[in-house]
Amino acid sequence: MSSTMTAASTGRRMGIQGKWPVLILFLPPALLLFTLFVILPMGEAAWYSFYDWNGYGLPEKFIGFKNFETLWRTSAFTTALGNNFLIILVSILIQLPLALWLATMVSNRIPGAVVFRLIFFMPYVLADVAAGLIWRFVYDGDYGLFAAIASMFNVASPYVLADRHLAIYAVLAVIVWKYFGFHMMLFIAGLQNIDKSYYEAAEIDGASRWQRFRNITLPLLAPTIRLSVFFSVVGSLQLFDMIMPLTGGGPSNSTQTMVTFLYSYGITRMKVGFGSAIGVVLFIICVTLAFGYRRIFMRHD
Amino acid sequence: MTDRTLAPPSTSTSTTRAPRTAPAVPARRASAFSEHRMSFLTWLYLYASLFLVAAVVLLPLITTALGGFKTLGDLRVHPFGLPGEWQWANYTDILLSARYWQMLGNSFLIATLTVALTLAVAAMAAFTFAHVTFFGSAFLLNYFLIGLMFPVATAILPLFIRIRDLGLLDTYWGVVLPQVAFGLGMSILLFRRFFQNVPKELFDAAFVDGCGYLGYFWHITLPLSRPILATVGIVAFVGSWNSYLLPLILLNSDAKYPWPLGIMVYQGEYASSWQLILAFITLTILPTIIVFFAAQKHIVAGLTAGAVKG
Repeated sequence: MSSTMTAASTGRRMGIQGKWPVLILFLPPALLLFTLFVILPMGEAAWYSFYDWNGYGLPEKFIGFKNFETLWRTSAFTTALGNNFLIILVSILIQLPLALWLATMVSNRIPGAVVFRLIFFMPYVLADVAAGLIWRFVYDGDYGLFAAIASMFNVASPYVLADRHLAIYAVLAVIVWKYFGFHMMLFIAGLQNIDKSYYEAAEIDGASRWQRFRNITLPLLAPTIRLSVFFSVVGSLQLFDMIMPLTGGGPSNSTQTMVTFLYSYGITRMKVGFGSAIGVVLFIICVTLAFGYRRIFMRHD
Repeated sequence: MTDRTLAPPSTSTSTTRAPRTAPAVPARRASAFSEHRMSFLTWLYLYASLFLVAAVVLLPLITTALGGFKTLGDLRVHPFGLPGEWQWANYTDILLSARYWQMLGNSFLIATLTVALTLAVAAMAAFTFAHVTFFGSAFLLNYFLIGLMFPVATAILPLFIRIRDLGLLDTYWGVVLPQVAFGLGMSILLFRRFFQNVPKELFDAAFVDGCGYLGYFWHITLPLSRPILATVGIVAFVGSWNSYLLPLILLNSDAKYPWPLGIMVYQGEYASSWQLILAFITLTILPTIIVFFAAQKHIVAGLTAGAVKG
């Protein structure tokens, strides 16, 4: 006991001497990179958002909150907001139950469980761009699988991605296809942390399969469910890569998300002020959600 | 730990009680209770569901790979099923073209640089947060964690202007540096948590033997940290390999495009020659799928742990 005490105190004493080289060598690279490419751009976005600026020279044309006003009056932006919300809704109401259902099936040691897990997880590893292109083919009205299915039933082949009422649902299906496996893996990890003796005890007491799920699995999985919802929200807010190959935000802006809107209205037109205003709104939504979510749901974790 | 210690008593109650309620069934081991009592109907329901979902997942992928072997006419008539005549040329033409290898090479270079820089910079910063007590340590850590709260997209325009003004537009570093910066929050968090769990005694012993912080980092922390280096490395690599938005905005010459950008350009060029596009998609996702199956344990663990622990 006393020897470890002296060792610790020597360590501390020598630590104080050797502390500065570490701090001077080890911290600045991270600090510099982070400040230069994360914090400063975010601050600049807030600054630029009050200007009408094309990115050349200095921002001089101060226009107050005009960019934000234009933003609210652009119908494509409200559509984008609505779509982001719809994605979150579908993630929670369809993707989450699907992932949980599959997780309860493949977390048991049934033959083939590992293979099924890998298959379900595979789309998550693929790039969003590749997944988007693959599904663009699937949905294609001339060559794709939808065309083939339609001709099998002798109906006119649908052009799903060109229909502004249907396109967003087609996009939602791809999102679920690509991401359910990731959420399933989260749930498998969560299920494996549940003490098996609860189930044995419940079974002895004659609890049915549904009762065991309802009264043991669900409550004990609550932290994982909250985590899964959190990832769905975050994922929805930054969805961009998959939309571009599928629809590019069209037809007539019906599949815009916040980031595709930022891209097509701010970046491609080089409207730095307007684009920054979109970034600021996105930032405010993200931070509010992150804090609100932590406050309300993650208090106990 | 607790489930190990809790399990034996409950197992013994189940074996003592089971014979009373169901005498015909011999006492069985607890871990097997759910799989052996499965009725045929349950079994059918289980596997039918699993195969159905697996089919929905695999069908688009398989038709993509097979579609690449077809002629356009064949593809139009039956997109499902095997090609009437295997058009190997679709694939070999791409494999023999310089652009395919250049795209993958660009992606690989950008991803490797991103991983190397992320590991070095994040490990060093996390080490100071885990082991060195200094004024402002908690504040600085929280400063880095701000980065976890918003995606790159929020600051993309100012970032573009900054990279342009630094003269890094259309260079690999112009993509690598922001990628590393935006991954720092998560990487530092993962590293710090791992470093803190290294037993304190090692630290004390090393100092007694005259090892300074730098020596400790190099000779003890790093060799012990292979699992977390792998996790952070995988997360950074996959993120960079698949990334689209940053290269789209920060690169503008075809010769530097990583594959997600290159594939979109290719798709634009061959607009309705789906058979070529499908072959191209297949060949570009092939490396990912091969690596995924070869190192599935690490990748699944890395990607989910990276997410969960954050």
